[in-house]
Amino acid sequence: MSKFKQSEKRTVPQPPSGSLSDIVFMLLFFFMVTTTMRETESKVQLRLPEASEIAKLERKDLTSYINIGTPTRNLQSQFGTDSRIQLNDSFKTVDEIRDFIAAERDAMSEADRSFMTVALKVDENTRMGIVTDVKQELRKCSALKIMYTARKPAED
Amino acid sequence: MGKKTPEINSSSTADMAFLLLCFFMMTTTMDQDKGLQRRLPPMPDPNQKAQDQKVNRRNIIVVKINSADRLLAGTEPMHVSQLKDKIKEFLSNPYNDPNLPEKEEKEIEGFGTYMVSKGVISLQNDRGTSYQAYIAVQNELVKAVNELRDEFAIANFGKLYIKCNEDEQKVVREAIPQNISEAEPKDVSKK
Repeated sequence: MSKFKQSEKRTVPQPPSGSLSDIVFMLLFFFMVTTTMRETESKVQLRLPEASEIAKLERKDLTSYINIGTPTRNLQSQFGTDSRIQLNDSFKTVDEIRDFIAAERDAMSEADRSFMTVALKVDENTRMGIVTDVKQELRKCSALKIMYTARKPAED
Repeated sequence: MGKKTPEINSSSTADMAFLLLCFFMMTTTMDQDKGLQRRLPPMPDPNQKAQDQKVNRRNIIVVKINSADRLLAGTEPMHVSQLKDKIKEFLSNPYNDPNLPEKEEKEIEGFGTYMVSKGVISLQNDRGTSYQAYIAVQNELVKAVNELRDEFAIANFGKLYIKCNEDEQKVVREAIPQNISEAEPKDVSKK
């Protein structure tokens, strides 16, 4: 017979779960605030080029996106493998950029219009010809603030 | 005493919050868009006669990329990795070489006078140049300017450009301007 009898009552104490919901709510609010819904689905294959000297985009709400690249694989039978321009949700031609910029401008308030930035998301294997065309078109619509979207190179 | 309102069973709030949490965690995109910012030159007025902007020859360096992604800076072909030092030498002109850009004394608000280089980098590309090569070159150009700005900031404010406050950054930007011009598109490839 052992001298030290294990008392039956001793169990591992349960951690208090009363504050659990508070913790979860805090996380919830964090994600609710930081989340941005993906508005448009990319219809082109985008592998951004690498650049080390990149700056952050300041005002996301004042930015219009232009995607350029080859259509994704499931769309290639329909649109071919040539580089295409995607505005919003569909493939467009260079001439339609003008309307796109005008529409984006209209959606902004008067004071913000001069800060409008056009972010060019271009696949790294695209030829510059199409990019030059887009740039010329942007100059014609005097949307002069542009950004070449790039990604940070992997640390080596 | 009135009737006591029955308390709502709150044991499931955590579950509900978890559901919402999972939803937002799945849909969130943390990636911020980053990139190289540029200002395009305004379109020339069609009514106005294109007047040749007389830029002194020594003040301009032409960086060309051909359709095979080969690089020509000034007169010599080079690799992208050599470009940064070439541009730095061009912009800073440490020994006042008569072939490198001239400097102009300029009054900078809140700092004093500084010899600001009048050098302009002109970037030309072919329609067949790959975007990757183009961005790599752009990146090197920005890197050269950023390094010069850092050097200036350390010499005058004792810290890196990015650590300077807004006024100091403005001074640095005026002292080391980023003059990169993306030339009018030209058809480089002659048939």
